[in-house]
Amino acid sequence: MIRRLSPPLIVFAILVYLFLLGPLVIVIGAALSDTTYLTFPPQGLSLRWFEKIFEMSAFRRTIVTSLQIAFASTTLALLIGIPAAYALNRYRIVLPSWLSTLFVLPVLVPEIVLGFSLLRSVQVGAGVPVLIALLLGHTLIVLPYCVRVISASLASFDFSIEEAAISLGSPPAKTFFTIVLPNVRSGVIAAFILAFITSINDVSVSLFLTGPGISTLPIQILAHVEQFFDPVVASVSVLLMLLTVAVMVVVERTLGLTFLAK
Amino acid sequence: MTATAPLSLANLTAHYGATKVLDDLSLEVGAGELVSLLGASGCGKTTTLRLIAGFLAPTRGSIRLGDTDLTALPAHKRNIGLVFQNYALFPHLSVLDNVAFGLKQRGIATSEREARARRMLDRVGLSALADRLPGALSGGQRQRVALARALVIEPPLLMFDEPLSNLDAKLRIDMRVEIRQLQRANGTTSVFVTHDQEEAFSISDRVAIMDAGRIRQLDTPEVLYQRPANAFVARFVGFENLIDLRVTARDGARVTAEGAGGATVTLDQDQLGAIPDRFVLATRPDGLRVATGETGLPCTLGLRTYLGRAYHYQAETPVGPVTASGPLSQPLEPGGTAWLAPDPEQCCILPPEPA
Ligand SMILES: Nc1ncnc2c1ncn2[C@@H]1O[C@H](COP(=O)(O)OP(=O)(O)O)[C@@H](O)[C@H]1O
Ligand SMILES: [Mg+2]
Repeated sequence: MIRRLSPPLIVFAILVYLFLLGPLVIVIGAALSDTTYLTFPPQGLSLRWFEKIFEMSAFRRTIVTSLQIAFASTTLALLIGIPAAYALNRYRIVLPSWLSTLFVLPVLVPEIVLGFSLLRSVQVGAGVPVLIALLLGHTLIVLPYCVRVISASLASFDFSIEEAAISLGSPPAKTFFTIVLPNVRSGVIAAFILAFITSINDVSVSLFLTGPGISTLPIQILAHVEQFFDPVVASVSVLLMLLTVAVMVVVERTLGLTFLAK
Repeated sequence: MTATAPLSLANLTAHYGATKVLDDLSLEVGAGELVSLLGASGCGKTTTLRLIAGFLAPTRGSIRLGDTDLTALPAHKRNIGLVFQNYALFPHLSVLDNVAFGLKQRGIATSEREARARRMLDRVGLSALADRLPGALSGGQRQRVALARALVIEPPLLMFDEPLSNLDAKLRIDMRVEIRQLQRANGTTSVFVTHDQEEAFSISDRVAIMDAGRIRQLDTPEVLYQRPANAFVARFVGFENLIDLRVTARDGARVTAEGAGGATVTLDQDQLGAIPDRFVLATRPDGLRVATGETGLPCTLGLRTYLGRAYHYQAETPVGPVTASGPLSQPLEPGGTAWLAPDPEQCCILPPEPA
């Protein structure tokens, strides 16, 4: 173990942390400001901009929508992504190699283009309701993360472990849940968190798919800053951050523990 | 322990996609017998085990274990104990739970399955490690856990796929003795896959030598070592010199045969068994003696290597290059001329190789 760090390294590490954490500090500071405009450092301390969020029905509604969409699209992407990643790894030798590329394609297409084409085809073309279109769009953008992250976990999984379980009398479907899943638990958790954050922060795809009366939080923030310059955007951003962290902790706890209990 | 059963593979053919991997393979393993599949990497040993275990369906042929036809039975219902090269332990389960896993699938109550798993761990000398995770064990310990896990379900058939390849040399020998003792004690019919000839010969009742998806010879280690049935097996067990010959004259038991370049040898059917008109004479280096007596196969000596009990010579003959041996008392110089005489005790007559 190297215990003593060189001074330049320490300075460099501090700079990196400043770079990463600086914006967070500024946003949190601005959110707590007692002024009617965005400012940093905060002048006076108050929680009134947090209270303001809940007085504005547009924010209340979009927070709920964003959470719903994030949960639903993440769940849907995991339901598709886990079996897909499993099949891609389990049958890697027999499957054509372009198949795994297929699942990263949505990442390669600029999200603006993806959003626009979804708008044209799904919403306008097929007449799918706004909420469903949003859900589909978000699922599409988070699916590649799920497949990739879980694939990475499965790549180091030795499938003869699965065969050992089957040979000992465990039916294949049951084996998947009792043997395979517990061993890619960390991958599933990472995929969940990554997908959830991607969905809840998404602007470009949502921009096209939100419709009358239905919007997501980032789009609402965008709409708000176009008209107002009050600290409510900062406080709502802080709230979004807190929600995300809360979800991460809950997922880590619940998924982590249920898998271990098996 | 449970009654053991004979295994019977009949005309198994298997494909991966369009590639034929097993070609009309038949094999009978008697109840309680240990048969090894021995062959180079890629010859189809693992594929054979996967067919028996039910992870791969044969294109043709059938698999029977005792009175049961396994051919169409799903893998999880076959009741076969499997031991893998890379152990394949469940990383998230304790050693005890690993061993008890198969009993759990059989609906055995927790207290009983833990008792049985502990007893089995005791037999492989690992009772002290019951609560560890597999990650905290050495390779040898892991393979013992895998062995206990396969044995505890008391399967009528045990299969091992190169179980010792990942262990170091000393441990490999200890483990193979241990496996053999446990297998003998339980009387479980077993199929053991390896590419190591010494391992196969030392552990098995009989050995099947495989090549390109077929069994080339199935017999006891003694017969395989001394009386290979064909050129492939002969080369495999160390008959380095294979000489194509054609009989030119027969005089009672004495047979004169001619090879390439007009070289002739005289052989005795009383010592070597019936000699067909066309045949291959196979010898190990120790079975082809260098002499200066001007009888036998003439040769030019090449490189001499010292092997402790004898010298080996690379020699050039009219029938091609061979490796011969000579006594330590008379080292011969490279470049010199000598004559080679096959020792009838250490020769084999083989059918000619198909072109
Ligand atoms: N999953 C697979 N897909 C395609 N070919 C395979 C697969 N597994 C094995 N093979 C091929 O089948 C042949 C036999 O393989 P295997 O039974 O694993 O040989 P061994 O165990 O004797 O080394 C080899 O040529 C190998 O390349
Ligand atoms: Mg193999």
